[in-house]
Amino acid sequence: MTDRNWLWIAAACYLAGFVLATIAMLRDHKHSRGRMYSIVAAGFALQTVGLYLRGLEVKGCPLGNTFELFQFTAWSATSLYLVVGATFRLSLLGYFTSLMAAALTTLSLAIPAWDATRRVGVFGGNTWIEFHAALALFSYGVFGLLALTSIMFLLRNYSLKHKQLSGAFAFLPSIRDLDQIGLRLLVVGVVLLAASLAVGGVYWVEATDTVNISKLLMTIGIGVAYSLALLFRARGILFGTRLSWVCIILFIVALLSLYPVNTSRPDLPVGSESTTPNP
Amino acid sequence: MSKTGPTLFVVGASHHTTPLEWRERLSVGPDKMPALQSQFAALSGLLEFTILNTCNRIEIYGVAADADAIDCLQTTFCAAQEIARAEFAKVQIKRHGPDTIRHLIAVASGLDSQLVGENAIFGQVKDAYAAAQATSTVGPVLNRLFQKAFQAAKHVRTHTAISEGQVSIANVAVDLALTIFGDLSSARVLLIGAGEIGEQSAKAFRSRGAHAITVSSRTAAHAMELASTLDASAIPFEKVQSHLADFDIVACATAAPGAIFSAAIFAQAMKSRPASPMFLIDLALPRDIEPSTAELENVYLYNLDDLAKISEQNRSARLSEVEKAKIIIQERTERLWQNIQNQVPGSGID
Repeated sequence: MTDRNWLWIAAACYLAGFVLATIAMLRDHKHSRGRMYSIVAAGFALQTVGLYLRGLEVKGCPLGNTFELFQFTAWSATSLYLVVGATFRLSLLGYFTSLMAAALTTLSLAIPAWDATRRVGVFGGNTWIEFHAALALFSYGVFGLLALTSIMFLLRNYSLKHKQLSGAFAFLPSIRDLDQIGLRLLVVGVVLLAASLAVGGVYWVEATDTVNISKLLMTIGIGVAYSLALLFRARGILFGTRLSWVCIILFIVALLSLYPVNTSRPDLPVGSESTTPNP
Repeated sequence: MSKTGPTLFVVGASHHTTPLEWRERLSVGPDKMPALQSQFAALSGLLEFTILNTCNRIEIYGVAADADAIDCLQTTFCAAQEIARAEFAKVQIKRHGPDTIRHLIAVASGLDSQLVGENAIFGQVKDAYAAAQATSTVGPVLNRLFQKAFQAAKHVRTHTAISEGQVSIANVAVDLALTIFGDLSSARVLLIGAGEIGEQSAKAFRSRGAHAITVSSRTAAHAMELASTLDASAIPFEKVQSHLADFDIVACATAAPGAIFSAAIFAQAMKSRPASPMFLIDLALPRDIEPSTAELENVYLYNLDDLAKISEQNRSARLSEVEKAKIIIQERTERLWQNIQNQVPGSGID
């Protein structure tokens, strides 16, 4: 089986988890957190195999095209859910994670153009640049999970304000739990992205002409925006529903920024290997 | 309605016919109750009466010599509450004869409550009857009616499952607090009002893990007494406003004649805890908290009607029990109606 076959099965697994949980909630008014966790874990394992095979093919972390960037972001968010979900037992987080993972993986698989150019050795053997890119993408996965908890916060707030607590709303976690986990995810995401930018910055100082300036500004802009959100949250200026909306919008911007980040890299013929790093 | 003999009746209004805003207007405050009782007692054709005055209903059970007496009673009530008769006519409930019995048993058994099966109403009906006995406004018919109605209500509760599960306002409020805070072990609860509902709420919070409970009341002695019972702390009522920000859950159940907390007071309190949610439970009638407080960010305000609606969402499980209860009430009503007609000496009642 090819790497894409494994990734298709993983996407189907995520989608099945989402569909089964939706049916269970609408028809039986039940939600099994354990079953959801198992399905997402299975999808994660399948996706890991697919990405591993792709990694072997491209001789490094598979972050060389838009398809790989979306796959890696979904993988990061899912891996974090498997840790966070087990620790904080947040009801419905698995449901929303499976939805996001299914959307990102299916979308990336469904657009062949995103995977048309496979860059081999995109980081030119520089492990620090590879680490920088992987860390940045992992932080995007964290922000993806933060966007999900933000959506859940908005839904819970709506249900409490409008006194609608039955049906699917009954499965949502408490609003304080959502606020607390959202804050922790924001801290983790900002720290990871800051570390990634710091690592990338060291390389950039040494070779400023190899990094596309628009990509640099875009990434720093996203990092600054999330840092400001964290600062304002800590000072009690930005919180609750407004913070949730900011986190959702920032994640959408972060996802959209992956396209220009990817296109800023020079195209290489399939099978050829880069000799200079393209962070 | 017969014009030959006395009539057993009930007139009033309840949550079935009136929204919360209307019930606030109809509610008789404790300070006004003695005067209203005196006015009713002075009505010449009103032979017996009992006033049931709760958060969800104001009902006057009585025996009237003729229809004019019932009409006079309604006029007197409307005048006392400063409500036009025509307005009251739109929301009032009015029952005669056996329908009065059926209604009272349904009320006492919790079948007519906003939270079907709730227990508090039974005590409230008993209190109303005791108050009428104390002022000697009940006679042979109402004595028989209430005593038998209590027996019937107990029978309904014992032989059906309508009271099973979370069927008190206090328990619904605690469940709601869990959807906001997850667990209550670190939640700080302020209880304002040391009455029965306040005490029930405090016990419900305590039973679900809340440790830090503070009580306040406009009468300091009442707050101290309840705090002692609950192993809670007390705070002077005058200091509540300046300490609101210290609490995650504020439950108000005072008998104040109007709102005692404006939205501005809570807006001020939230400034020092903007990111922490605050749950406000207004169990009072008239309401203690200005309704616009609900619009504040991170503030969740629920009143009696809101809590009852949430409970209603879980009502379907008890519907079959309600049908069983109705059958029992019908049997008891027929038996008691015969009993009153035949055995109360000289009542000649219709």
